[in-house]
Amino acid sequence: MDERNKSAPVIEPGHTLGSVTDKISSIVLTRPTSNGWFVGFGIAFLITMMLLFAISYLFVKGIGIWGVNIPVGWGFAIVNFVWWIGIGHAGTLISAILLLLRQSWRNSINRFAEAMTLFAVASAGIFPLIHVGRPWLAYWLIPYPNTMKVWPQFRSPLVWDVFAVSTYATISALFWFIGLIPDLATLRDRSEERWKKIVYGMLAMGWRGSARHWHRYETAYLLLAGLATPLVLSVHTVVSLDFAVGIVPGWHTTIFPPYFVAGAIYSGFAMVLMLAIPIRKIFSLQDFITERHLDNSAKVMLATGLIVAYGYVVEAFMGWYGGNRYDAFLLWNRLHGPYSFFYYMLLSCNIVIPQVLWFPKLRTNPVWLFMISGVVLVGMWLERFIIVVVSLHRDFLTSSWGMYYPTRWDWMTYVGTIGLFLSAMFLFVRLLPMISIFEMRTLLPEAEVKE
Amino acid sequence: MKMENKNTKPHREDVCPSQKGKLDLETARAKVAGTSGPEFWRSLEELAGSPDFQDMLHREFPKGASEWLDSASRRGFLKLMGASLAMAGMTACTKQPLEPIVPYVKQPEEVVPGRPLFFATAFTLGGYASPVLVESHLYRPTKIEGNDRHPASLGGTDIFSQASILGMYDPDRSQTITYLGDVRTWGDLVNAVRGPLSVQKGLQGAGLRILTPTISSPTLADQLHTLLKAYPGAKWHVYEPVNRDQVLEGAKMAFGQPVETRYDFEKADVILSLDADFLYAGFPGSPRYIRDFAKRRNPETGEMNRLYVVESTPSSTGARADHRLPVRAAEVESLAGALASALGGKGSASAAGAEREKFIAAIQKELQSHRGSSVVIAGDHQSPEVHLLAHLLNETLGNVGNTVFYTDPVDANPLNQTDSLKDLVADMRGSKVDLLLILGGNPVYDAPADLGFADALKNTNIPLRVHLGLYQNETAELCQWHVNEAHYLEAWGDARAYDGTVSVVQPLIAPLYDGRSACELVSMLSGQPQTKGHEIVQTYWKTQHSGADFDTFWRKSLHDGWIEGTAFTAKPVALKTAGSPATASVDEKAIEINFRRDPSIYDGQFANNGWLQELPKPMNKMTWDNPVIVGPAMAERLGLKSEDLVELELNGKKITAPVWIQVGHPDNSLTVFLGYGRKRAGRVGTGAGFDMYQLRSSAAPWFTTGVVVRRTGDTYKLATTQGYQTMDTPVGARPLVRTATLEEYRKEPDFAKEEQPPAELTLYKPYPYASEPYAWGIAIDMNACVGCNNCILACQSENNIPVVGKEQTVLGRHMHWLRVDAYYQGDRDNPKAYFQPVPCQQCENAPCEVVCPVGATVHSSEGLNDMVYNRCVGTRYCSDNCPYKVRRFNFLLFQDWDTPQLKMMRNPDVSVRSRGVMEKCTYCIQRISQHRIDSEREDRRIQDGELQTACQQSCPANAIVFGNINDPNSQVSKWKAQSRNYGLLADLNTRPRTTYLADIRNPNPELESKEGHS
Repeated sequence: MDERNKSAPVIEPGHTLGSVTDKISSIVLTRPTSNGWFVGFGIAFLITMMLLFAISYLFVKGIGIWGVNIPVGWGFAIVNFVWWIGIGHAGTLISAILLLLRQSWRNSINRFAEAMTLFAVASAGIFPLIHVGRPWLAYWLIPYPNTMKVWPQFRSPLVWDVFAVSTYATISALFWFIGLIPDLATLRDRSEERWKKIVYGMLAMGWRGSARHWHRYETAYLLLAGLATPLVLSVHTVVSLDFAVGIVPGWHTTIFPPYFVAGAIYSGFAMVLMLAIPIRKIFSLQDFITERHLDNSAKVMLATGLIVAYGYVVEAFMGWYGGNRYDAFLLWNRLHGPYSFFYYMLLSCNIVIPQVLWFPKLRTNPVWLFMISGVVLVGMWLERFIIVVVSLHRDFLTSSWGMYYPTRWDWMTYVGTIGLFLSAMFLFVRLLPMISIFEMRTLLPEAEVKE
Repeated sequence: MKMENKNTKPHREDVCPSQKGKLDLETARAKVAGTSGPEFWRSLEELAGSPDFQDMLHREFPKGASEWLDSASRRGFLKLMGASLAMAGMTACTKQPLEPIVPYVKQPEEVVPGRPLFFATAFTLGGYASPVLVESHLYRPTKIEGNDRHPASLGGTDIFSQASILGMYDPDRSQTITYLGDVRTWGDLVNAVRGPLSVQKGLQGAGLRILTPTISSPTLADQLHTLLKAYPGAKWHVYEPVNRDQVLEGAKMAFGQPVETRYDFEKADVILSLDADFLYAGFPGSPRYIRDFAKRRNPETGEMNRLYVVESTPSSTGARADHRLPVRAAEVESLAGALASALGGKGSASAAGAEREKFIAAIQKELQSHRGSSVVIAGDHQSPEVHLLAHLLNETLGNVGNTVFYTDPVDANPLNQTDSLKDLVADMRGSKVDLLLILGGNPVYDAPADLGFADALKNTNIPLRVHLGLYQNETAELCQWHVNEAHYLEAWGDARAYDGTVSVVQPLIAPLYDGRSACELVSMLSGQPQTKGHEIVQTYWKTQHSGADFDTFWRKSLHDGWIEGTAFTAKPVALKTAGSPATASVDEKAIEINFRRDPSIYDGQFANNGWLQELPKPMNKMTWDNPVIVGPAMAERLGLKSEDLVELELNGKKITAPVWIQVGHPDNSLTVFLGYGRKRAGRVGTGAGFDMYQLRSSAAPWFTTGVVVRRTGDTYKLATTQGYQTMDTPVGARPLVRTATLEEYRKEPDFAKEEQPPAELTLYKPYPYASEPYAWGIAIDMNACVGCNNCILACQSENNIPVVGKEQTVLGRHMHWLRVDAYYQGDRDNPKAYFQPVPCQQCENAPCEVVCPVGATVHSSEGLNDMVYNRCVGTRYCSDNCPYKVRRFNFLLFQDWDTPQLKMMRNPDVSVRSRGVMEKCTYCIQRISQHRIDSEREDRRIQDGELQTACQQSCPANAIVFGNINDPNSQVSKWKAQSRNYGLLADLNTRPRTTYLADIRNPNPELESKEGHS
């Protein structure tokens, strides 16, 4: 273990191989399902049903039920898509990049961070499908041989999106599932009921824990980590190109790729913390998700937050320094236009308030961290709102300026995806080990290989 | 969490008349329950519009009340009814008129499916005929074009004739003859009228009254005169709310006889408009006047004219002025008087204010130095004195015979219409009327409020009241008999254009609902109920035709669209009076209220025409409503903001309506447009806007003082299509409309040009368009454009563009492929105004194309940016990336796919788009294709000028030129080669194919230098 962090271990002392396994697997297998879980899941499920209702109505009536218009052709759907995709990034970063960097502290949070990625990508993926005018034809964005002999238009960033997001979803799912196999086998072996044995057994794909299995597992996992690593950078880069390729003032800027990636990780870690803090409390996992984890995550947030801040500064500077009348107006419009309140909110949420993380005490205080993470998530959502809506609503010709007001259907769809995300998380913590059992065991002193 | 910010207007759900009637739900139910069958629907609609019902709604359902008045919801609600109602009286197939009609361009030896035929006919408004050609696909009229061989059109049209095609197919048109609401036949009507008529015969027709709108039809006038001979005691009354009484009275004052004044603006170097909006539809002869005026606005060819406008309500004519003086309507008289006395050598009279004095002095000088080549023109709504002064000025300046001509009146029965209606009401109240025939019009709705026409009609027990009309409107409701009128595209008739030329109105289609024309109804009164319109009109012209071969004459007249030799010749008239009249004094403090015809729906007769309702009014881009228009200074003084509801009180009558602040509106003055607030217009027009006729009196129909304005504290959402009408931003002005004075332009002809990025500055290899046979382009001369809105409607009609309704317009989802942006610059009390028509710019480096993920918008080898509707999935990325925001998206199913009439109306050459698809201007690619096919069959190139886009074709100003820019000799290439040609936002390297010729103004140096803003 790292010498510097002796004071805050990644796993509290006193645990043995057996106790780790017991503790984590019991949540799934033996611990009675609390009323709290049912209430929480019930609410999330109802919100998911609201999402289904909103989407059904959307399909019946058309996207005119939303607030989008000309000039603001993209509204909540794209804002939410970018927001969710960004959130997903933390999971991949934790599981792939930190694995390659041999940051063993990741072991206790990578599992649910990956699950979070998967559910966030699922939530995100809904939006591009439903936001098109004719959703039943959305599959035309996918290149496939067809009788029309027409391919997608490969110069369009939306086609790049299709590749980026679908690759990302596939790799994230595979990575998550492969990482689960040894633990699924543990659950299979520990299940009392026959049907659980069968279900977990099938999912464990015949894992017996032999040295050969472990060898292949490690190879596959490492390979996938290698594949996933560039995705952390590429997916949000591609998403940022949706805007950067356009000529709209406020979109057409080269700083977008790095600034989007940093923003993605920023919001992703905020979401990880917002999930980890209640989970460790409810399931008494303070031993596994220690202050060290909170501290490290907060540091990542602080660092990425500063990159994002740099992005804002450069945007504003270029608006002023560039001498382009449209960019200059964009800056003015952000600061004084009808949506300026949201721009100032964004600056406070993403730049000002998170600076309290410089205080080490606050970085390990779960309540504070939870609240700051919430603020960051709101801020990052606002950032996408500012980019999408505020850029579009006043572009080149003053005659075509307009306003954008989201409708109740916009809100129902947005809140609905949060419900979907939470429902999936509720099911996940109940049905699968939310912390990687075998990887936690490698953190124990017994697991240390003495040479 | 609603997005809120300081600029957001407080959201207001709806508005209702403020009367507090004591109608409760039970009464309403009882009212509905009391009716049955087809009556039910009318009653419900009528009920929905009644103030009592509105009041009840607001008490019971404060949130949902506006739904009843909102067109979009109501449209959905009535769709079910529409489909079933619409089918009554028509089949899926069209019917050919039985009588031979003659096609305009191609002989119908064989009708070729897919190839339209064009027939000449004429649309009539206010008695004046607009000569048109109607495109007919297999005997379905689909599009109105101007008759390019007719001197009153020369190819240009106006918005009302363009929109009349929708009027014909309007599913809300009256579809049957009714008696007290029940369906009857023509035979029933004939029987019902026979008795009373024979009684009248005995009484010499003492109880017979005929009320018509302005009629210029020689046939109908002849019929009516014949009828009056048979019934010497009968009277023919004429009333239209937008009448020319003031013009008539002015002419009578000047010449002692009614005369028509005609102008030749092509010869006019200096034009002074005394509140005359002669460059906008509705002014008699406007298409021709626009053409002549625009011809003299070209700095390249010949001398530019100079336009001075003194006006009370900002109009598109004022926007085109080189010098505009906003004054209250009542002050025009004293200004004109001052000018007249100044020109008469009697020194300047009292023109209050230094600015006005300077203005008058400058005009005086200019007019004096342009004797015989100037025009003074007075607005229809100005007082007879102003008209007299205009006549006087023209006479003094020697314009008469050069630029101003007097002819016989076009109106077949030129009388003071307000007095005529007054007489009728007096007769009605005096129980002198036994049989009242209302041939069109809607006096119950639009008669001056003080006459109490509706009340007289309802309560005086006239035994027999017959109404002929296109709609079951407010007047139809108060008549026992209603006869469904045949639309002009379904009926035979004739009418005079502004110069007197008679056009024969020939039908394009047999009446959809077996409607009758006014001619046929009058013929019935004369005892010939079965005579068809064709016979009536032909018989009349047989009596007029002196030559031998009537058949050739008839065919030629139908073919050309007018009857040769019918134009009025200028007649010499002598001024009765030499001195200028005493001008009335004006109360400076009292607030003036102006009543004007609406720029879009005229006097209300087009209230149910969705195209016109959604047509942005030229100056403020308002749709679907008629707010009270106030100037910025007055609004500030009264603490009013746009969309605030105010209560207007005039002569004890009150109206609550929203306010709209219009820059350039004179202070201490309001303008309201007539024609809104209809109660029985149809599904589109009922309930839209506010009925200003309620404030209008017969004594002062156009402007008066004494109106009281009170804020109510409520607001009302208005639907404009252009929220910002300035090119200035806090960080500098944008060079969207480029403009210079003639002097500046001569000094620096290239002022409009700016550095363009090099063509090769793109990631993608530029396509060699120069090696293609055709490269299409458009040039728009902003100097010629007068903002008449014609192109918008021509495009809407040609390209099957849907109407979206007020709610969607508020959201910014109107569908016009071509819009006319209006910008103001400078002094808010008297700004300069500019019009810029914006179709798709057809960029060679189109930003929309690279971002479309499915390749639904692609470039053609001829340089057009094509939309492939079938391929479009609707990501809207193209629209986001379009710097011109010319793309339009079907956010909902905006097209009416169900109403059978509307199916017949559509242009079969253009796809009808569905929900979820992006659309935009295509440069009328269907026309290009047709001409390409033709030219290839004939093994030749498409000639310059043979192919016109719809906007170009209808443009009365000739401001739009389309053509092949690869051909250096084409008109468009020549325009683009001019030094004032520039591309909008060309610095983005979009390389637009649509370019603009900069706006050159020709101000008087004397006024310009001192005033700063003129």
